[in-house]
Amino acid sequence: MPELSPSLATSTVRSEASSRDQGFLRVLLRETWTILRKDLLLEWRSRSRLVAVLLFGVVTLLLFSFAVGPDTIMLRAGAAGFLVLGLLLSSTLALSESFRLEQEERGLEGLLLLPIDSTALYYGKALGNTLFLFLLAPLLTPVALVLYAVDMEPVGILKLLGLWALAAAGLTAPGTLYAAMTSRLQSQDVLLPLLLFPLVVPVLLGSVKSMALVLTGDAMGQLGSWTLLLLVFDVIYWSLCGILFHHVIEEP
Amino acid sequence: MASRFPWEKASLIFGLVLLAIGTYIGLFVSPPERHMGDVQRIMYVHLPSAWNGMLCYTGAFVAAIGSLWTGRRKWDAALVGMAEMGIVLNALLLVQGSLWARPTWGVWWDWDVRLTTSLIMLLLFSGVLALRSFVDEPERRATWTAIAAIISYVDVPLVYFCVRWWRSLHQVQSSPETVDTMMVVPLRLNSFAFLFLAIFFILRRARIELLRRRFQEVAEPEKREVVHA
Repeated sequence: MPELSPSLATSTVRSEASSRDQGFLRVLLRETWTILRKDLLLEWRSRSRLVAVLLFGVVTLLLFSFAVGPDTIMLRAGAAGFLVLGLLLSSTLALSESFRLEQEERGLEGLLLLPIDSTALYYGKALGNTLFLFLLAPLLTPVALVLYAVDMEPVGILKLLGLWALAAAGLTAPGTLYAAMTSRLQSQDVLLPLLLFPLVVPVLLGSVKSMALVLTGDAMGQLGSWTLLLLVFDVIYWSLCGILFHHVIEEP
Repeated sequence: MASRFPWEKASLIFGLVLLAIGTYIGLFVSPPERHMGDVQRIMYVHLPSAWNGMLCYTGAFVAAIGSLWTGRRKWDAALVGMAEMGIVLNALLLVQGSLWARPTWGVWWDWDVRLTTSLIMLLLFSGVLALRSFVDEPERRATWTAIAAIISYVDVPLVYFCVRWWRSLHQVQSSPETVDTMMVVPLRLNSFAFLFLAIFFILRRARIELLRRRFQEVAEPEKREVVHA
């Protein structure tokens, strides 16, 4: 081994010491950001997934109108429900696609070889998926408002975006974990919705109820409770799935 | 054969005897309910299904944590046994509930908080077993089943609360009423009968699971040899 010059040796020692001093959380955040950036970059370079999922969401919203009929009052009453179902159905496409990419060319194995915590891999992926689903909101909400003839104030739209973010986070927390499992199985297209849909019933109910309150008025002041329910679900599943993820991804 | 497994045999016999006595008292000795009449007697199997089903799911949750923590296959076998037993009791619960609801409420189904939660629980745990059936590699199968079971079980209280809020304008929780002693006796007997029968099925199912896994380990090298030959 070649001898190190004194200055280089000192700096190496110093950088090792400083990296040890860095808190676990800071390292985790940095690694999470690395994974997130990789996913966003991949997404940005092709953009095909976003366009496909968005079109799928619009088609779903349209189909609900056909299923319910052209009655404006009924459509308006069900607007929040249709919007959330549009998100839910689009989410399975987006989630399974996010891990299918990693299965191609054995990308996941490459990621696991990196010197990063698998928890960071989970949070990076889950954040990427949440962001992806959140991006559907500014695109799908106007379509829903027009199709279902709902009038909105700007404040209401902001609230709707906030609720959409909470709902998206609730779907992706368990969704990312299950997608990591099902992407390695043969019949992933059947299994992911089968596992995810019953699990996210609280998210579905919470977001439909709260969005309906934003759209049609909150006379009884119930919006806070429903938002809290969504928050509680998000906190529980973002922590639980983060803890459990390394069991999914690492071979025993 | 059964003499080699004394606990299985004991719980089966004990469960069957209790069930026979409890059902006899429930059908022929207990008085009919004042408003519902004989339809109410379904309670003597309905409540035991509900209680023991919930107990099985809770046991499955504990076994899932044990399986994930230790990686020992006994926990995994217990998890499968309890999850399957929970699903059977849960399905029975829903069928009995519908049979009771039709003459009493006039409908087969109502979006009541307990009904809805039971249905979602059934779907959640069926999903866990569906996932399990798709994974071939035994270690991974055990880990993934445990993870899915934990995630599903944690969801149950959340589902319960959100359905209760969802239904808050319509449904009032019923309060326990004082009932005839001869109604309490068959209920208790049948609850323990269901418990012992459940233990019998769980023990047997867990044993099958352990044997199956051992067989897989023994059989696989042979298969490999055949393939290579």
